Amino acid sequence: MAYAGDDELLEHVTGKEYEFGFTTNIESDKAPPGLNEDTIRLISQKKNEPEWLLEWRLDAFRVWSEMVEPEWAHVQYQKPDFQAISYYAAPKKKAQLNSLDEVDPELRRTMEKLGISMEEQKRLSGVAVDFVLDSVSVATSFKEKLGELGIIFCSMSDAVQEHPELVKKYLGSVVPKTDNFYAALNSAVFTDGSFCYIPKGVRCPMELSTYFRINEAGTGQFERTLVIADESSYVSYLEGCTAPSRDENQLHAAVVELIALDHAEIKYSTVQNWYPGDENGKGGVFNFVTKRGICHLRSKISWTQVETGSAITWKYPSCILKGDHSVGEFYSVAVTNKRQQADTGTKMIHIGKNTNSTIISKGISSGYSQNSYRGLVQINKSAKNARNFSQCDSLLMTDHCGAHTFPYIEVKNSSAKVEHEATTSKIGEDQIFYCLQRGINEEKAISLIVNGYAKDVLNKLPMEFAVEAQKLLAISLEGSVG
Amino acid sequence: MITTETVNVQDEKKSAFLGSLSSAFQGVESYTALRKSAWDTLSKFAIPGTKTEAWKYTRVGKVINQARKKSGGNTQINLPEIAIGGLRYVFVDGVFRADLSDELTWQGLNIRRTGESAENNLLGTLSNHNADWFEAVNAAFFNDGLVIDVDKHTHIDCPIHLVFFASEENTAAFSRNVISLQESSSLQVFTHYIGSQHSTFSSVVTEAFVAKNASLKIDKIQEGNEAAFHHVEWTKQERDSRFDITTVTLKSSWVRNDLNIRVAGENCHSSLTGAYLPSGKEHVDNHTMVDHMVPNCESDEKYKGIVRENATAVFNGKVFVRPDAQKTNAFQQNANIVLDDTATMFSKPELEIYADDVKCSHGSTTGQFDEEAVFYLRARGIGEVMARKLLVEAFLADVITTLSDERLQSYCTEKIQQLMHS
Repeated sequence: MAYAGDDELLEHVTGKEYEFGFTTNIESDKAPPGLNEDTIRLISQKKNEPEWLLEWRLDAFRVWSEMVEPEWAHVQYQKPDFQAISYYAAPKKKAQLNSLDEVDPELRRTMEKLGISMEEQKRLSGVAVDFVLDSVSVATSFKEKLGELGIIFCSMSDAVQEHPELVKKYLGSVVPKTDNFYAALNSAVFTDGSFCYIPKGVRCPMELSTYFRINEAGTGQFERTLVIADESSYVSYLEGCTAPSRDENQLHAAVVELIALDHAEIKYSTVQNWYPGDENGKGGVFNFVTKRGICHLRSKISWTQVETGSAITWKYPSCILKGDHSVGEFYSVAVTNKRQQADTGTKMIHIGKNTNSTIISKGISSGYSQNSYRGLVQINKSAKNARNFSQCDSLLMTDHCGAHTFPYIEVKNSSAKVEHEATTSKIGEDQIFYCLQRGINEEKAISLIVNGYAKDVLNKLPMEFAVEAQKLLAISLEGSVG
Repeated sequence: MITTETVNVQDEKKSAFLGSLSSAFQGVESYTALRKSAWDTLSKFAIPGTKTEAWKYTRVGKVINQARKKSGGNTQINLPEIAIGGLRYVFVDGVFRADLSDELTWQGLNIRRTGESAENNLLGTLSNHNADWFEAVNAAFFNDGLVIDVDKHTHIDCPIHLVFFASEENTAAFSRNVISLQESSSLQVFTHYIGSQHSTFSSVVTEAFVAKNASLKIDKIQEGNEAAFHHVEWTKQERDSRFDITTVTLKSSWVRNDLNIRVAGENCHSSLTGAYLPSGKEHVDNHTMVDHMVPNCESDEKYKGIVRENATAVFNGKVFVRPDAQKTNAFQQNANIVLDDTATMFSKPELEIYADDVKCSHGSTTGQFDEEAVFYLRARGIGEVMARKLLVEAFLADVITTLSDERLQSYCTEKIQQLMHS
C-alpha cells in the first residue's frame, strides 16, 4: 500500500531517538571482564554468600563450560564474547540508607526519567517497587507493609542472607542450573534479582513490581527472580524494563522461576522495552531469558508479556502443569521493528489430570524485522482430560519483514483436546480507509487498529501496565505502515 | 550432549548400513555427478536423529539397523485387484517387471526406464540430496524408475498406474522417477506402494515438472504392511499450472513422506491432502513444504489422521512465502484423533512468511470422536460399531474424496473400515 508522505513519515520515526536512551553517571564497583571460577568466587564473596551457593554456582559453571550455544532459534546475531563481559557491577556502596532522600541524586533522576518516582509510586499507585539498577537493589519500598502480612519481597541477595532455607529449597527447582546454555550461565554468575514469598492463604494486597535497567557499559545483566506462592495465596507480579542507548550489544540472560503451590495463583506481567538497536541493526540488547513456572494442585500461573524492545529476543515463559486441575495461561504481544528479531512463545507441559492451558500470541512485525512464535504444547499420558487452546496471529506492516509460526504439538493421551490456530495477514487497508474517511489520521488509525488487534492480551495486564503498554505499542509502530 | 562414544556408535552404524548397500548395489553407474554429491552428503552428515529438526520425531533404527541386500526382482506376486484402467507399470523390489507391465508407448506420452535410457537432464535438479541424508541414500543407490514425458497440449485421459511392490526379506530398493508435463498438458498418476509380511526398505524419489498451464494429479496409496517406506516427491510448478496430490497411508510399519512443492510461476494452484491411520507399533511421518516463490498463488493443505494403539503419527507442514510472493493465499489444516493413551501424535504446522500482503492460516486439532455424535446415531437405532464406522468415514471423507477415481475411493474406504475393525 502506498500512501503519500510515507517516506517522510518513516524518516520522522526512525530518526526518533530512543526515548529512554540516557545513561547514569555513578561511580561503579566493577569486576574486570572475563569469566572463570575466580570471577564466580569474587561475585560470591562480594555478596557474602554461603558456601552451598558458591558450590552451586561453580557446578553450573562447570556444566556451562561444556555446553554449546544453541542455534535452533530463528534469529541471526553475532554471538557474545563471554570473556569480554564484566560479570559484576554494583553502584558504589554508601552507608545504609534510612530514607529515599539519601539515595544518590543521580539515581533519583534516572528513576524519575523512567517515570517511577518513588514518592509518586508510594503515594498514588500503591505499588511496591524493588528498583534494580545494574544488579544491586538500591531502594525497596513498602517492605514493612508487606511484612505485616508475612510477605517477603526483597532482593535475591537479601533473601540469600535472611531466608536461606527458602532460597535453598526452591532455587533451581523449576529451572535446573543446567537447564540450558543461558540458564546455566545465569546460575553461575547471577548477581541479584527479586525474591518474593507469599505465605499460606495470603492475598497480596498490591501489585509487586520490579524495574530492571541495564546501565553500566559492557556489563551483562544476570537477574534471578524467584516467586513462591504458598498454598491458597495470590500474587500479581509486574516486571518492566527500559535500558539506555548503547552501541555495543548487551547481553541479558535472566532466569525467572515461579512456584505455585496447591490452590495458589501467580500472575506475572512483563513489559519489555529495552534498546532495540538503530535502524541498521547496530547495538541493542540481547534478551535470552528462561522463564518457567510450576503449578501444583488446582493452582494457576498466568504469563502476560508485551515485548517491544531488544535487538534479539529469545524467550519462552513456560508452565509445568504438574498438579491436577491446574491452569496455565500465556498472553503475549510481541512487536518487532527496524532490524529486531524475536523468537518467542511458550511451553505448556501437561502432566496432571484435567489441566487446562490457553495461549494467545499476537505478533506484529514491521520494518526489516523477523518475528517468530515458537511454542510447545505437550500432553503427557497422565494428563487425562487435558485441554489446550492456542491462537497465534501475526500482523505484517511492511513487505521487508517476516512473521513465522512454529508450533509443536505433542499429544500422548486419548482424552486430550488440543486446538491450535494461526493466521498471518496484513493490516486491513479497508480499516485504515475507514478511519481516514472519518478524519482520523493514518498514524492514529494504525495505533487504533493495532491496539484493537492486541486487545485480548492488553486486557490481561494490570491497569498501570495496560496504559504504559498501549503507549509503547503506539511509539513502537509509528509510521511503520508501508 | 554428544560424547565421543555416541559418535563412534553412529559412525559404526552408518558405515555398516552404507557398506551393506554399497556391496549390494555394486555396478550402479550413470548420473556420476549426482551420485558423487550424494556421497559427499552421506559422508559429511550423520544419520539423522533427534537433534536433526526434520527427523526429530522419527526414529530410523528400523531402517538402519539391518543389513540390506538387493533383490533379483523375480518373486511371484499377487497384485491387488484395482481395475482403474489405464497403463500399468510394475516394479518388484525395485526391479522393473515387463511381464506384469504394459507397453512403454502411448500416443503423446513418452515413457522410458530411468536405468536404461540416456541420462535425463531433469533428474536430480529438484531433490535435496545435498542436505537430506536419506535423499542422498536414494541418489547414491537408485538403479531404476520411470521417466514420463507428456507432450505439449496433450491430455492423457487414462491414468498411469505405477505399482511398487516390496516383497523379499531384508531387501532394499531405490527408485527414481521423473514426471515432466509440457505446456497445457494433463496427466493423472496413481502410485500404489505395496509391502509384504517381510521387512524391506524402499525409497522412491519422484521429481515432477509441471509446465505452464499443465495439470498433474497424483494419487498415492501406501500399504506397506511390514515394509519401511521413504517416499519423496519434489514438484516444480510453472505459471497457471495445477498440482494435486492425495496421500493415503493404510497399514504400514514405518513411513516417511517428504512432499515438496516449489511454486515458481504465478497463478498456480496446489492442493495437498493426506490421510493416515497407524495402529499397532506403526509410525507414519508426513512432512510437507510449499514454497511460494512468486505472487498470486494459492495452496490448500489438509491432512487427517486417526492414531491408535502404540502407533505414532507425525505431521510437519510448512508454508514458506518468499519476500516477493505477494497476494499468496495459503491454508493448512491438520486434524487428528487419538484413540488410545499409548498412541502419540506430533503435529507441527509451520508458517514462515516474508511478504506482507498475504492471507495465510493454519489450524491443528487433536481430540477424540464426538460422543454426542455417537449418541445421536445410537438414539436413531444405529449400533455403536456402525456409528463409529460412520464417524470414521465422515472424518476421513474430505481426504478420500479427493482421490480422482471412484474405484480408488471405495477401495480405500473399504480398507479403512477393515483396519478400524480388525
